[in-house]
Amino acid sequence: MTETPTTTNEAAVLVLEDGRRYDGRAYGARGRTLGEAVFATGMTGYQETLTDPSYAGQIVMMTAPHIGNTGMNDEDMESARIWVAGFIVRDPSRVVSNFRSQRSLDDDLAAADVVGISGIDTRALTRHLRSAGAMRAGIFSGDDALLTPGEQLDLVQGGAAMSGANLSGAVSTTETYSLPAVGERIGTVAVLDLGVKTSTLKYLAERGFDVQVVPQSITAEEVLALEPDALFFSNGPGDPAASDRHVELLRTTLREGLPYFGICFGNQLLGRALGFGTYKLPFGHRGINQPVLDKATGRVEITAHNHGFAVDAPIDRVSESSEGFGRVEVSHYDLNDNVVEGLNCLDIPAFSVQYHPESAAGPHDANYLFDRFRDMVVSTRSTGSPTETSTSTATEGSNE
Amino acid sequence: MPKRDDINSVLVIGSGPIVIGQAAEFDYSGTQACRVLREEGVRVILVNPNPATIMTDPDFADATYIEPITPEIIESIIIKEKPDAVLPTLGGQTALNAAIALHDAGILEKHGVELIGAKVDAIRKGEDRQLFKDLVIEAGAGVAKSHVAKTLEQAKEFALDLGYPLVVRPSFTMGGLGSGFAYTEEDLVRIVTQGLHDSPTTEVLLEESILGWKEYELELMRDTADNTVVVCSIENVDPVGVHTGDSITVAPALTLTDREYQHLRDIGIDIIRAVGVDTGGCNIQFAIDPADGRVIVIEMNPRVSRSSALASKATGFPIAKIAAKLAIGYRLDEIPNDITRVTPASFEPTLDYVVVKVPRFAFEKFPAADPTLTTTMKSVGEAMAIGRNYATALQKALRSLEKRGSSFHWGEEDRSIEELLEVASVPTDGRIVVVQQALRKGASIEQLFEATKIDPWFLDQIVLINEVAETIASAENLDTELLLLAKDHGFSDAQIGQLRGFGEADAREVRHILGIRPVYKTVDTCAGEFPALTPYHYSSYDFETEVEPSDRRKVVILGSGPNRIGQGVEFDYSCVHASFALSAAGFETIMINCNPETVSTDYDTSDRLYFEPLTLEDVLEVIHAESQSGELVGVVVQLGGQTALGLAKGLEAAGIPILGTTPDAIDLAEERGLFSGILDAAGLLAPKNGTAIDLAGAVHVAEGIGYPVLVRPSYVLGGRGMEIVYDSPSLADYFARIEGQGIVGPTHPLLVDRFLDDAIEIDVDALYDGTDLYIGGVMEHIEEAGIHSGDSSCTLPPVTLGRAEVDRVREATRAIAEGIGVRGLLNVQFAIGAGVLYVLEANPRASRTVPFVSKALGIPLAKAAARIMVGATVAELIDEGMLPASDGSRVPFDAPVAVKEAVLPFNRFRTREGIIVDSVLGPEMRSTGEVMGIDKDFPTAFAKSQLAAYGGMPTSGTVFVSVSDRDKRAIILPVLRLQQLGYDIAATEGTAEVLRRNGIRAQEVLKFSEKTSDDAASVVELINRGEVDVVVNTPSGRSSRADGYEIRAAAVARDIPLFTTIAELSAAVASLDVQRDGFEVTSLQEYQLRREASA
Repeated sequence: MTETPTTTNEAAVLVLEDGRRYDGRAYGARGRTLGEAVFATGMTGYQETLTDPSYAGQIVMMTAPHIGNTGMNDEDMESARIWVAGFIVRDPSRVVSNFRSQRSLDDDLAAADVVGISGIDTRALTRHLRSAGAMRAGIFSGDDALLTPGEQLDLVQGGAAMSGANLSGAVSTTETYSLPAVGERIGTVAVLDLGVKTSTLKYLAERGFDVQVVPQSITAEEVLALEPDALFFSNGPGDPAASDRHVELLRTTLREGLPYFGICFGNQLLGRALGFGTYKLPFGHRGINQPVLDKATGRVEITAHNHGFAVDAPIDRVSESSEGFGRVEVSHYDLNDNVVEGLNCLDIPAFSVQYHPESAAGPHDANYLFDRFRDMVVSTRSTGSPTETSTSTATEGSNE
Repeated sequence: MPKRDDINSVLVIGSGPIVIGQAAEFDYSGTQACRVLREEGVRVILVNPNPATIMTDPDFADATYIEPITPEIIESIIIKEKPDAVLPTLGGQTALNAAIALHDAGILEKHGVELIGAKVDAIRKGEDRQLFKDLVIEAGAGVAKSHVAKTLEQAKEFALDLGYPLVVRPSFTMGGLGSGFAYTEEDLVRIVTQGLHDSPTTEVLLEESILGWKEYELELMRDTADNTVVVCSIENVDPVGVHTGDSITVAPALTLTDREYQHLRDIGIDIIRAVGVDTGGCNIQFAIDPADGRVIVIEMNPRVSRSSALASKATGFPIAKIAAKLAIGYRLDEIPNDITRVTPASFEPTLDYVVVKVPRFAFEKFPAADPTLTTTMKSVGEAMAIGRNYATALQKALRSLEKRGSSFHWGEEDRSIEELLEVASVPTDGRIVVVQQALRKGASIEQLFEATKIDPWFLDQIVLINEVAETIASAENLDTELLLLAKDHGFSDAQIGQLRGFGEADAREVRHILGIRPVYKTVDTCAGEFPALTPYHYSSYDFETEVEPSDRRKVVILGSGPNRIGQGVEFDYSCVHASFALSAAGFETIMINCNPETVSTDYDTSDRLYFEPLTLEDVLEVIHAESQSGELVGVVVQLGGQTALGLAKGLEAAGIPILGTTPDAIDLAEERGLFSGILDAAGLLAPKNGTAIDLAGAVHVAEGIGYPVLVRPSYVLGGRGMEIVYDSPSLADYFARIEGQGIVGPTHPLLVDRFLDDAIEIDVDALYDGTDLYIGGVMEHIEEAGIHSGDSSCTLPPVTLGRAEVDRVREATRAIAEGIGVRGLLNVQFAIGAGVLYVLEANPRASRTVPFVSKALGIPLAKAAARIMVGATVAELIDEGMLPASDGSRVPFDAPVAVKEAVLPFNRFRTREGIIVDSVLGPEMRSTGEVMGIDKDFPTAFAKSQLAAYGGMPTSGTVFVSVSDRDKRAIILPVLRLQQLGYDIAATEGTAEVLRRNGIRAQEVLKFSEKTSDDAASVVELINRGEVDVVVNTPSGRSSRADGYEIRAAAVARDIPLFTTIAELSAAVASLDVQRDGFEVTSLQEYQLRREASA
C-alpha cells in the first residue's frame, strides 16, 4: 500500500457544450482540457481504459464510483501512455491496495498531464449524456477554474467535434516495429496501427503470427511490399467517415486477396471499404457487459465495447458489396440495441468485429475470434479461398 | 430454445423451516419461482412445511402442500399430482438433498418425473468435495491442498501432511455446519468427530489453511445454449476464516484489477460448464492470497443461495426468477431484463453504486455461546444498504442493524490501542466498530491489517470516516458544505448530532433549514446506460433525484428490517400481503425495508421500493420525497414488528399520518398502568403484577406478589430479557446480567408478573375495525405457560378448550380491542389456570402467528388488516368475500387441525470449550423458525409437525427419561405407552424408581455427575455412543441443572429427539400410532374447497 496525496478541496468544474455545469474537485493535473464527454460503465479496468488509444480526444467518465483502488502497474498498460483527454470520477481512491500495484493513479494522471475532476454526480451526468448524446465538454481547474462561466463555455464550444475528426495520426506509431510469433509460426500479419492495444498484439502473436505493426500513414503498395500473409486494422479514435485513405488502402489489399481481420475502427473501415455507410451513435457503447449474438453459433458473448460510431448494414440478410467484394453479412449484433457488431465477407477472406475480442478491460468470451482469424489465414493459404463460414442459413428467420 | 412444451406442471421443493444458514432468502427465491412458473402457464405444486413464508400462501401455487419434506411425503404428492418435473434448486440445501434422496430411492424414475434446474450429476459434482476438487484442477484453477477422511484415524494421518492450522469441512451440510479450524490435534479430534456425524455421507474434508486470504464470490447463470453470465461479484471485507454469511460483504468487488477479476470470471465459467449447470445459477467462492495473488477455488453451490438473493437485490437482476425460466427451457437472450424491459437478460449487470451487507447476530440469546466467528455460520439475519460510495453504504448498513453499538461512534472509548488491536484480532459480532475505535485512537492501517487481515483499502475507508467525523466535530459552524461532506460519507443525523454535542432532532432541523435532503437514485442493472422502468430506489446526497412524480393515493409500508430471533419472515409475510391488498384496492404502495433476504424487497412486490434503513431519519426522508406528489394517505407501522412500531411516535410527531391503531393506543397496550385500567374496566384479570425501574423496586414488587415471578422489559419483542425468577437472589442476578443493555430504565420499566404454573396458554390473533371484532384464530399452546409463545408448539383450533372457554376468550379479546382502540390487528395472550382466565399481554400489531393462522384456517388476516387500516370495515370485507363469513373462533367440528412447532438453533452454538449451549426452553424466545403440520386430527398433525421439524420420533429404540420431581407424576402414562409400543426405557435413579413403582421396567443409568469410575457409563456417554434414541429431560431447580445441561447438550449434539416438557412428550406419544401408518397429503387449496363446500 502506498500513500498518495489526498484529494484536495480545490474547485474544478465540468462544462458541457449545452451550457450545463457540474461543480467538483480538482483531480489529476490542474489546468483545462477539452474533448468529447463520454461515459464508460465497466466496474474494473480503469487502467486499460485510460491507456486505450481509442479514447484519445475524449473526456471519459467512469460510472463506477470508486476509481484508483488498485493503483497502476506496468503489466496492464494497453499502450505506452494515458490517452484520455480528461477523466471524471466520483470517488478517487486515497490509497492503493493490490499486490501488483506499482504507482498510484493520481500520480500517473498528474504525470501524464491529464486534467480530471472528482466529486460530481456522475449518475446525473450519465443520464444527461444518455438522453442528450455525447457532446463536447471541458474540465477547468487551477487557474482555469477562475475563468468566467461564459469564457469556459466559449472554450468548450470552440473545441473540435468528434464527428468528422481524423485522429489516427495522433495515436499511431510512426515507425514500423515487429513482435515475433509465439509458438508455431504460421505467417506474418501486418497490423495497421490506428491506436492498437497491447493485448491485441499479444493475442495475434500467440496465434503464431509474426506481427508487423505499421504506421497509419503507410500506403497500400508499402503494405504489399512487406508480403504479409494477412492484414489487420486495429481499433482507434475518430470518425470513420473521415478516413478515406485507410478505406482505399483496405480496398486495394482486399482486391489482392489478402486475408483481413479488423477490430472496432477496423470494423468500420471494412464496412466502408465494402460500401456501407457509418453513423454516430447517440452516446455510444462503452462498457464491458454488452451482450453480442454470434449468428454463426447462436451464442451470446459478453463483450467489451468502446465505440461511438457504427456500420449501417442490415442485420437480417446477406447483402451484396457495392464495391464488388461479393456477398457480405452481419455476423454479430448487439442484443441491447441491434447495432451491427461484426461483418463477415462470404466471397473474400475478410471479417471484422466492432467490439473488443482482445478485451482488456473486459471478459474473454470473444477471444476465439483470434482463432477464427488464424484458421482463415491458414485455410486461405491452402485453398486460395475463404472458408465457407456463412451464418445466414444457420440463423435464417430467427433474428427478430 | 424457447420454453419447453413438455413441462406443464412442476413440483417446487421449498427449504423448510428458517434455520441459521437457510433463511428467508429461500422464501424470496421460491416465491419468485412460483410466480414466474405460473405466469408461464405452468401448474405449480409446492411442498414446504414452513407456514411463515409467503411462498406457501395458497395464492402462489396451484397446489400448496404444507407437508414435511421427506422422500415418502414427496412421493405421495407426486402420485397425487403427477407433475412433469421437480424443481429443487430454489429451496436451498434442503431441497437439493431431497432431490438426491428422491433420485437415489428411484422415486423420480418410477413415476417418470424429470429433475429440472440441476441434474443429479451436477449436484454431486458441486457438493462432493473430492469430485469438485478434481474438476477445479481440470479447469486449470487452484485448490487448497486437501484430503478426504472417512475416519478420525485417517484425519489424524492427513493432518501430519497438511500441518496446523487446518480446516475441517463435513460433506453435504449447509451453512458450513460443523466446519471449523483446528489449531491442535485436540481441536482436530473434536471437529472431525462432530463433522463425521453431521455429514450424511460420513466424510470430512481436511484442507490447508488459507486463513486471512481475501475472499470473493461470483454469481453465475448458464443456459442450455451455454450462454453464461456473471451476475455479480461480491467481496468479503472479513477475510477467509469467517463464514461468508457472517462476513461484512461488498458488491461489486472493489480491490481487484480487471485482469484479476477476469481471471476469476474465466475460472467461474469453466467450473459451471464442467459441473454441468445448464439451466440455472450457481455461486462460486474464491480465496486470493493478498501477497501474491494466488487464487484458490473454495466451493460452489449449484443452486440459488443466500448470496444469490443478495446479488439479486444488489444488482436488480432477479436470479431466482431467471433460474426458474431457464429451468423450463428458456435461454438467457430470450428473457427480457425486467428493469429496462428493452434489453435481454443475457448481460452482466454493472453498478454505479456500492452495496454493503452486514450480518445480524443473536448471541445475546445464547450467553454461554462462544461469539467468535468461524467457518460455521452463526448470524440469524442481515441488513443491506446501497450508497453511492462505500463509506455511505457501510454506515447505512450498520445503522440498519438497529442494534445498540452497531454504528461507528466517537464517544468514550477507554480501551488502549493495544487492547483494541487484541480484541480486533478475533472476528466477532461488532468487530468493525472495534477497528474504527482503534483507528480513531491512532492505530495505523498496517497494525490493523496485521491484526485483522482486512484489506487496507477497506481500513482506509474507516480512516476516512474518522477524518470526516473529526472535521464535523472541530468545524466552527455546521454549514452546508460540512453537512454535505458528512452526508456523502453516510453520517446519520444522530451521529452528526453526537459529534456536535446536540441531539439528532437538532441536527435534522439544521439540515432541513439549509435545505439539505437526499435525492433518490435507481437500481437499474446498467449504470444509467438505459432508462429504468422499475422504481427501485436508494438515497444519496447527490444532486439529481429520479423519483417520478405520481398523482396517486400513496401508502407507505414499513418493513421489519433484518431478521432476528423473534422478528423474522412472518412479519415480512404481513407487509407483503398488505402491499398486495392495498395495491388491489387502488393505492400506490411504497415499501421501505433494508433486508435483502425478503420478498418485500423484491422490486416486483410494491409499486415503489426504497431500500433504506428503518430509522426515523431515513424513513422521514423517503416520506418527504414521496410527499412531493400525489396524496400520502399514511404509513403502515403495525405489520413490520417492533422495528416499524418503534418509529410510530416519531413519525406522528413529524405530522405523518399513521394508519390503523394510533401510537397513543399502542402505548395503552404497552404501558402497564394504562393497560391495567383497560382490563379493570372490562372486568378482566391479569396475573398479579407491578412495575419497577431498579432492583430494589423489583424485589419489593416480587415479594408482594409472591415468587415465582415472570420479569420482562417493556417494548421488546421475542421475550428479550424475559425470565422466570424464583427468589430475590435470582432477581439480583437478573439485574446484574441486563445491566448496561439499556433495556430497563425510567422510560422502559421492568414488568413483574406472578408466574402461573401449570396454566394453559392461549394466543389469539384478531381484527378490529372499531365496531366488529373478527377472530383470526384461537391457538392453544401445547407446553404449559412459561415458555415463550414463539418457542412453544401450538394447535389451531384448540383441542382441549371447550366452546364456553373459547367464547370467554372471544369476549375478552373484544373488550381489549375496544379498550385499546385497535384498528387493524391485535394479538392477545391469555392463560387459563385453575379455571380462571388471565390476560397476559396484548399487542396491537401483527404477530408472529398471523401467517400460521391464515394458512391453517384460510383467513387472509394481514390483507384484511391493511384494508381496515385504510377505512374498510369487517362487514365490508366479509361482503367482498375477502373474509369468510364466520370467524376463526367458530371452527367446524370436522375442520383439520394445524400444529405449529418451533425449530431451535442450538446445534449452531457452542461454548468456548466446544460444548453445545443449553437447550431448555424458557420465556425468552430462541427459535429461528417454525413448521406446520396439518391433518384431520391433532395426533396426525402433531406427528407431521415433528417430522418436519426434526425428522420425527424413531419407531423403536431406547428412550432415556430424567425429569424433575414436579414432573414425575406426569411422565408415568406416556412412558408406559412408550414401553407398550416396544421402546426400551432408561432413567436416572430417582426417575427409574418412580417408574418401577408404577410397573415400568427402566434400566438405571448414572447421571453425568454420579460417574466416579470407568466401569459404568454415564448417560452422557451412552448418548454420545449412540445408545440412546430419544431424550426426555425437564429442568428442575438449580441443584441438578448442570446435570440436565450435559444431557441436553449431548442430545442436541447427536441430533436425537429431545423433550424438555412433558406436554410435548405426551403429544408425541399420542401421535406415534399415526406416524407408523404413514401420512396422507392434502393441499391448502383442497382444504379451502372443503371449507367452501361445507359453508
